[in-house]
Amino acid sequence: MSEFEPTIVAFFCNWCTYTAADLAGTSRLSYPHNIRIIRIMCTGMVDPQYIIKAFLEGADGVLVSGCRPGDCHYINGNYKARRRIKLLREILPQFGFDQQRLRLTWIGASDGVHLSEIMRAFTAQIKALGPSQTKLKMVI
Amino acid sequence: MTITAKIDLREQNPLEALQQFFAGILKLEDIAAILVPQRLPTKNTVMPTLVTDASFLGCVDPLAPAFPMNAARIASRLTRKPMGGKAAAVLRPCEIRAFIELVKLKQARREDILLISVDCLGAFQNREYSKFAGQNGTESTLRFYKNVMGGNINEMEGAEFAVACKACEYPVSENADIQIGLYGMKTGESILVKSQTEAGDHILKQLNLPETNEPSARQAAINALISQRTGYRDDMFAKTREASDSLDKMTAYFSNCVNCYNCRVACPVCYCRECVFVTDVFNHDPYQYLQWATRKGIIKMPTDTLFYHITRLAHMSTACVGCGQCSNACPNDIPLAELFRTIAHKTQKIFEYEAGRSLDEKPPLSEFREDEFKEIVGID
Ligand code: SF4
Ligand code: SF4
Ligand code: SF4
Ligand code: FES
Repeated sequence: MSEFEPTIVAFFCNWCTYTAADLAGTSRLSYPHNIRIIRIMCTGMVDPQYIIKAFLEGADGVLVSGCRPGDCHYINGNYKARRRIKLLREILPQFGFDQQRLRLTWIGASDGVHLSEIMRAFTAQIKALGPSQTKLKMVI
Repeated sequence: MTITAKIDLREQNPLEALQQFFAGILKLEDIAAILVPQRLPTKNTVMPTLVTDASFLGCVDPLAPAFPMNAARIASRLTRKPMGGKAAAVLRPCEIRAFIELVKLKQARREDILLISVDCLGAFQNREYSKFAGQNGTESTLRFYKNVMGGNINEMEGAEFAVACKACEYPVSENADIQIGLYGMKTGESILVKSQTEAGDHILKQLNLPETNEPSARQAAINALISQRTGYRDDMFAKTREASDSLDKMTAYFSNCVNCYNCRVACPVCYCRECVFVTDVFNHDPYQYLQWATRKGIIKMPTDTLFYHITRLAHMSTACVGCGQCSNACPNDIPLAELFRTIAHKTQKIFEYEAGRSLDEKPPLSEFREDEFKEIVGID
């Protein structure tokens, strides 16, 4: 059987983590190809429905990443995002989604190295968890 | 400061006493109208009515086990802008809690409304109620009152109370300006009237009712009721968790859902003016369906059923007051209130929030603290 290759959806804020991803790219740092990056203006705009949709469509993991405390360009979007992630990490496990599948990180614009480490580590974790139930079955 | 008074019943009839009490309030200078449930001419239907003339209070029936809608929505319609006078509103405790959530969401105003609540006896689902009430609704309400006061809080004449009511641990409102007490009072003899705020005081002062002390039996009766209901509730939580803890089980749970969205229309706290699920975002292009179907070889139509329910949970479970109107509205008898309460209990707890408890607590998703939930940031 070929090795399970997870699909990971990543919501990166334009000002910090996305810039770090850009930097990682231009510095030729590699990161797993499993990650599908969606650029957003701020983690504060990630409505829970985006994350729920990703999981129901078969994502094996979702990573939301934005600016460090104090660096959010919209002042406190990252703190609001943290509450929403907390909320979803309470709701989704009830329906059989391991809470390890949903992660929040704060990665600054110059942290390209850190970002590529995080992406590798997260991908490895998701590989260990195995495919999400939504990948294999019909979702109503 | 608080005024506690007693009203003696004539011919063991609490409805007549309530009617007179509400008429007294409506006649006061400061009250322009009263929103109160009344029996409509069909006899077995009780609906909120807005009354300005006390001679139209003849069919008042806030004790009927009928709960056709959560009237917090109606109270919000009446208060979102100044009405040109102050209204009194007779609401169930869960309606008051929903109203408080709506005030926080700026969809209602607390200023121009006097909140009156009667100890809640519980209710049936709509369908059960019309069977139960038969041709003589008023008489059925009096039977119901005696039945609940006698300790039967789950079932009557072969009909089960709504699950939401059996699991409700808030039978008495703490946020009403005036609370009307039944529990712990002698059935058929008297009811209690108590002000819980300055506004309530101000009204009761003008009515000159005979003052009394709250009987000690009252708190004991309420506590006993709450503990029975909490027991039922915890049992319901456990069963619901077990029935929904995987994708397969959720699929079974919602397999009858036809995406009619009645549950969100009936929900007093699903707060969006226009729900995203009824916008064009969900009016998918035909080719999109084909693509989705091609991916796994099959999709269920209509699509987005779990997406809708889980999103709704994420959006509003922190505001869920457990009124059960979602279940009441579902054409296919999906046990929505059970699931929403089960999840809401968890989501409100993590933010140390209780929907409808206090106007001073902000909705949890509208605020944050810098030093909280640090453990969820990072990936180890
Ligand atoms: S989800 Fe159901 S029980 Fe909760 S507030 Fe809405 S209608 Fe009431
Ligand atoms: S389901 Fe969500 S989007 Fe729709 S009305 Fe409720 S809160 Fe708003
Ligand atoms: S009311 Fe029932 S059928 Fe309609 S959307 Fe809600 S759960 Fe589905
Ligand atoms: S702008 Fe980056 S998290 Fe708000």
